[in-house]
Amino acid sequence: MLSRTADNLFWLARFMERADCVARIIDAAQRLATMPRGTGPGTNEWESAVATAGCVEAFKAKYDGANIRSVTEFLAFSPDNPASIRNCVEIARTNARAVRTALTGEMWDAINSAWYEVRTFDPDKTHGEELARFLSLVKESALRFDGAAFRTMLRNDAYWFSRLGILIERADATARILDVKYHVLLPEQAQVGGPLDYFQWVSILRSVSARASYHWVYRDSVKPWLIADLLILNRQMPRSLASCYENLSRYLDDLAQFYGRQGNSQRLARAMLTKLENASMEEIFQSGLHEFIGQFIAENSKLGGAIAEQYLV
Amino acid sequence: MELAAPYSNGSNPAAFDEMQGPEGGNRAAYAAMAEWLKATPQDILDYRRSEAEFIFRRIGITFAVYGEAEAQERLIPFDIIPRILTGAEWTRLSQGLEQRVTAINAFLRDVYSKREILRAGIVPEQLVYRNPVFRPEMNHQKIPHDIYVMIAGIDLVRTGQDEFYVLEDNTRVPSGVSYMLENREIMMRLFPELFEQNSVRPVENYVDDLLATLISVAPESAPREPNVAIMTPGIYNSAYYEHSFLADKLGVELVEGRDLFVKGNIVYMRTTEGPKRVDVLYRRVDDDFIDPLVFRPDSILGVPGLMSAYQAGNITIANAVGTGIADDKAVYSYVPEMIKFYLGQEPLLNNVPTWRCREEEHLKYVLDHLPELVVKEVHGSGGYGMLIGPAADKATLDKFRAKLKHDPSNFIAQPTLALSTCPTLVDAGIAPRHVDLRPFILTGRDRVRIVPGGLTRVALKEGSLVVNSSQGGGIKDTWVLDG
Repeated sequence: MLSRTADNLFWLARFMERADCVARIIDAAQRLATMPRGTGPGTNEWESAVATAGCVEAFKAKYDGANIRSVTEFLAFSPDNPASIRNCVEIARTNARAVRTALTGEMWDAINSAWYEVRTFDPDKTHGEELARFLSLVKESALRFDGAAFRTMLRNDAYWFSRLGILIERADATARILDVKYHVLLPEQAQVGGPLDYFQWVSILRSVSARASYHWVYRDSVKPWLIADLLILNRQMPRSLASCYENLSRYLDDLAQFYGRQGNSQRLARAMLTKLENASMEEIFQSGLHEFIGQFIAENSKLGGAIAEQYLV
Repeated sequence: MELAAPYSNGSNPAAFDEMQGPEGGNRAAYAAMAEWLKATPQDILDYRRSEAEFIFRRIGITFAVYGEAEAQERLIPFDIIPRILTGAEWTRLSQGLEQRVTAINAFLRDVYSKREILRAGIVPEQLVYRNPVFRPEMNHQKIPHDIYVMIAGIDLVRTGQDEFYVLEDNTRVPSGVSYMLENREIMMRLFPELFEQNSVRPVENYVDDLLATLISVAPESAPREPNVAIMTPGIYNSAYYEHSFLADKLGVELVEGRDLFVKGNIVYMRTTEGPKRVDVLYRRVDDDFIDPLVFRPDSILGVPGLMSAYQAGNITIANAVGTGIADDKAVYSYVPEMIKFYLGQEPLLNNVPTWRCREEEHLKYVLDHLPELVVKEVHGSGGYGMLIGPAADKATLDKFRAKLKHDPSNFIAQPTLALSTCPTLVDAGIAPRHVDLRPFILTGRDRVRIVPGGLTRVALKEGSLVVNSSQGGGIKDTWVLDG
């Protein structure tokens, strides 16, 4: 297939996934912001939402303070934020138009309808219930796109490139959520864990839609180190770093077999998978959760670069 | 349940109505359609129309209007009442079209080699040599199988029972064929009962015909299964939907300039598996933009070195480079002469009488009769830069007069024709609206292929003669009946 087509598929899948992640971040922040605040230095949930979405600087350049209005406008609609939901959907559709022939009708339909519907929301009027409606539209669109790809695409290079895009983005998003919240997950913080921390933990689970999964896996009350385990090492959890890399490695191997050639991206993915398979939470906490995650984000983005170099240019 | 008001062509008795004919009543081709229209309530028609629009939007069949940032993607209005031609009418038309395209190809071959038609004094040399779309790069250039125009769209208008005229020859990158195909798909989905009552000849084989045509013109050196690609300027081009539609239906790659590169005079596309050779390039990019080394150096749409690969005979470009000279509206006026000169035949289809403003006497006539005439730029398309005399106010006429005097050779003029009308669903019910027809003619090494029908464009505004989508025109499905 054309390298540009592969590039477009990779990125349109990434941007649909990103739209979904940002919607979940807003959702989680909104819930947390409704919780009564204890004494002490209250964390600003809206600031941390911006940090999780990875766009602090762009936000500060535009707004004075982080609150529900400014953050939802920025994360959901702002044309100045390249990762705003509206921009993500716009870019996904632009890419989709450029590779119409590589998409199934159902996938195109999912992206095209999402684009039409997202545009019907007026940023100035999308609050409260309307915002909730907007966020579920975005999440449903991502589900629909994903489902359409899963159910209708041929299992060939086009499919694998779109999966790679989703998985790289998802691994990045999970790591960023952990990075912003790592301080509430550290074991020694457990003693100080008041109700506010509890809701922080739950909101992490919520932002990756893993609240129910957590209970199924651990059959325990919400504990921060178990959350970290679930999101980093648990291979049953589709958003965990380990699961993302299990699949990245698998699809990259499929590609290598299809084209008859291995390359740097296969090596990088396998190395990360091995690292995650051999890691334990104790070791990670000992050598530093924050450092671990920071390194992961850097290496994940290196893998994205390697895929681009090997196939997309 | 309210029935639509009875259809009448009363508002414009000067134009030939394709359903009612000159005498009123109904022409045979429309007998079943007229019955159906009479029996179908207006709200059902309206409902089906909105359904059609929904389908268009969903599939993403849109076009862009240049110079309108806001409406970057627009839906083309689709009229659900088909335009109908009889088998006999079509036979006549298709023979005339084949004859015309054959003569145009002979002209292009000649004008880039021996130039007999110029030497015979039939077409003036100045009109060719001084023409910006004449490509000296193509002089004495051998091209695969000597075919220049593989894909032509010839615009026809009808003014009476047996009167058809050729309005324009589109020999560069004619568009609209995706509408022809999608219109039929939508009609068959919405109105299966109509296809049971009327025996309509299919058009869907256009896709196979196009692929067969493109494969047939591959260079001799190409492998038995040549690699065909469609080249688009990109998603912001007004016809992008069509480019991707065709690539999808043909099962070939849709490439942009940046996907291609030339090495050792061979054209390759960049793929995830490395470079792959391209043998036939159906390009939907104008000459000016295809190779920055030869044509516009500022073009980022093209492929550096494409022309040298072409000149080395390693790739077929469809349509050939330099076909714009046959698309020129002043050259158009000589096509009947070309038919006589190259084929020794009488033209089966008439031209519209045309005044070439580059000639002094013609210009004088045009300036004196401007309010009656239609004036067009010789290289214009899409209805841009055109004057419709009878519809223009004094200020517009004066402005155009000045333009004409300033650069006469850039214009031609034609009488305002009373284009035929067809019943069309408008807000107030079913009313006559003016139409034209663009059939698509494919010329391969083996033969000419034309699917029965084409794209009918309709001027939706009452009394309007401008059918271009960029100027508020709509489209209809075009039926050629069996027999």
